[in-house]
Amino acid sequence: MTAVTDAGAKRRSGYALRPPASLTLLCLLAALAGAALVALTVGAAGIPLTRLPAALGLWADASASPTLARDQLVLWSIRIPRIGAAAMIGALLAASGAIMQGLFRNPLADPALVGVSSGGAFAAAAAIVITDSQIGQSLHFLQNQLLPIAAFAGSLLTTIILYSIASRSGRTSIAIFLLAGIAIAAIANAGIGLLVFIADDRQLRDITFWLLGSLSGATWPKLATLAPVLACTAIACVSIARGLDVIVLGEAEAFHSGVDVERLKRISIVLVSAMTGVAVSVCGVVGFVGIVVPHLLRLVIGPAHRLLLPASMLLGAVLLVGADTLARTIVAPAEMPIGILTAAVGAPFFLAMLLRQRGLVSL
Amino acid sequence: MSALLEAQSVSMMVGGATLVDNIDLRVQAGEMVAIVGPNGAGKSTLLRMLSGDLRPTKGRIELKQRDIHGYPPRLLAQHRAMLSQHVNVTFPFTVEEIVHMGAGDSGRATAQRLVDAALAEVDLAHFSQRQLPTLSGGEQQRAHFARVLVQLACGEAQHGPGLLLLDEPTSSLDMRHQIDLVEIAKQRAQNGTAVIAVLHDLNLAMRFADRIVLLHRGRLAVDGGRAEAITAETIRRIFEVDVRIDYTDQGVPFLLPQTMRPVGAP
Repeated sequence: MTAVTDAGAKRRSGYALRPPASLTLLCLLAALAGAALVALTVGAAGIPLTRLPAALGLWADASASPTLARDQLVLWSIRIPRIGAAAMIGALLAASGAIMQGLFRNPLADPALVGVSSGGAFAAAAAIVITDSQIGQSLHFLQNQLLPIAAFAGSLLTTIILYSIASRSGRTSIAIFLLAGIAIAAIANAGIGLLVFIADDRQLRDITFWLLGSLSGATWPKLATLAPVLACTAIACVSIARGLDVIVLGEAEAFHSGVDVERLKRISIVLVSAMTGVAVSVCGVVGFVGIVVPHLLRLVIGPAHRLLLPASMLLGAVLLVGADTLARTIVAPAEMPIGILTAAVGAPFFLAMLLRQRGLVSL
Repeated sequence: MSALLEAQSVSMMVGGATLVDNIDLRVQAGEMVAIVGPNGAGKSTLLRMLSGDLRPTKGRIELKQRDIHGYPPRLLAQHRAMLSQHVNVTFPFTVEEIVHMGAGDSGRATAQRLVDAALAEVDLAHFSQRQLPTLSGGEQQRAHFARVLVQLACGEAQHGPGLLLLDEPTSSLDMRHQIDLVEIAKQRAQNGTAVIAVLHDLNLAMRFADRIVLLHRGRLAVDGGRAEAITAETIRRIFEVDVRIDYTDQGVPFLLPQTMRPVGAP
């Protein structure tokens, strides 16, 4: 046991002990596979592990059980798209949190916390009310095409406003940043309230869904919206990883080290907005994933973004698949909005981080 | 011989105040220049303009005969490295990771060799795996100096002698590491680098600099060798302190401030 206590003592005295990158990613992949497997089997209609391979069509079961058709229906039209959406949204939310924290050089930044998600949700809700009443377009079209774009635009606008308020001559005040975020979230929420007030019954149902956050609306067409955004942003993350590392030194130092700071800021802001916006357009406002995941990972693998960003995507996916599974089983046959669940876990976590920064408690 | 860095009548005005007023400065490769002056004389502002970070409101700065604002950031970083006064790192990067940031996109093996060498040079090799925020202020300053040395070495490997700018690099160092740092900078100058350092300690400046640039209220008061720049008369006029200048046995000048009233007087 001496090795373990040595390691503990070293870590406490400020030495970094980090597992190899490949091991980290492998463990996270295994965790994601495990979470997905659990999510496939449990739910309102339970599918035991023994019936899973046949239902997935992995091998043709000669003794076709009478439940096979039902299992296949549940899996392919409800559960698999839902798990896919949960994984992708978790990845988007966690990575956008990590990027925002890197850009603002503070572990407390989170798109949902500072109103970027609310801005996106407000724009999406406005899109529902305006286009529905003006054009009378079918909501089906709306949800898959227009809503992500509207939510992205809303998130982008919010992020730009936030950045220009909080930054002044290369310095970012985190206090102003968080307070401005609260104010912006309040404005966006007031806007959503106004929309709720003027919406008719059918629109109201759709808007309420954003306020609480739920993955029950996940369908294959929505996966088709999420997947390309996730792929593009994942590739873009590679190009900004070094810049996000160096900007921890400050904007002037990052420039001295050869980083094109203005370009880095533009790319990061667009990425955070796109990732948050598209996630909000599918499942509404789900908070705290972006703050919990990168923070936990930094404790274990360190803050270098080349590994932190992909690892955040994987752990975010694990976390949201798990949370969604819990959300749809904990009060079965009813369903708990996932936003409530992540807030119930994430908010105390955030408070603990705050207290730790004040040096009152050590976790 | 054309200068490696040339500032042509640069001024910096912010609001109504003139922080730097019409300064000309030429620095050759292989020269070590100390910028000294009282608080608020414009030393840091001048240095930040020379780094290309601040754009002068008037005048022009040329690095290797090319407008410094014409360089894209990555190329500029290969020609000049700068150590700022206060760098506050919030995330738990290790010392080694921070120093690696100086290496830019150099190959892994080269980068590691330069990082190890720089860490040994600033006497931090034993702390390479420590998280930077857990180190003392002086140790952090040395880690950042190592990072800047790596950046300089990477750039010079590609483009020949570069520019090294140091903004009060010794401010939180103990006496031994102050001398170590300035000696490392001096040694870079002897290898061809143009070094410009803002220094508060006039004795360090006189001991190591080839040339001393004395700023006063944004203007260039004196630019010359240590004998002409630092005299009891200029120190009294600009710093408003009486000093005695003496010489060591080797003929190196040193400066002893005289108190306004006798020591121990009420």
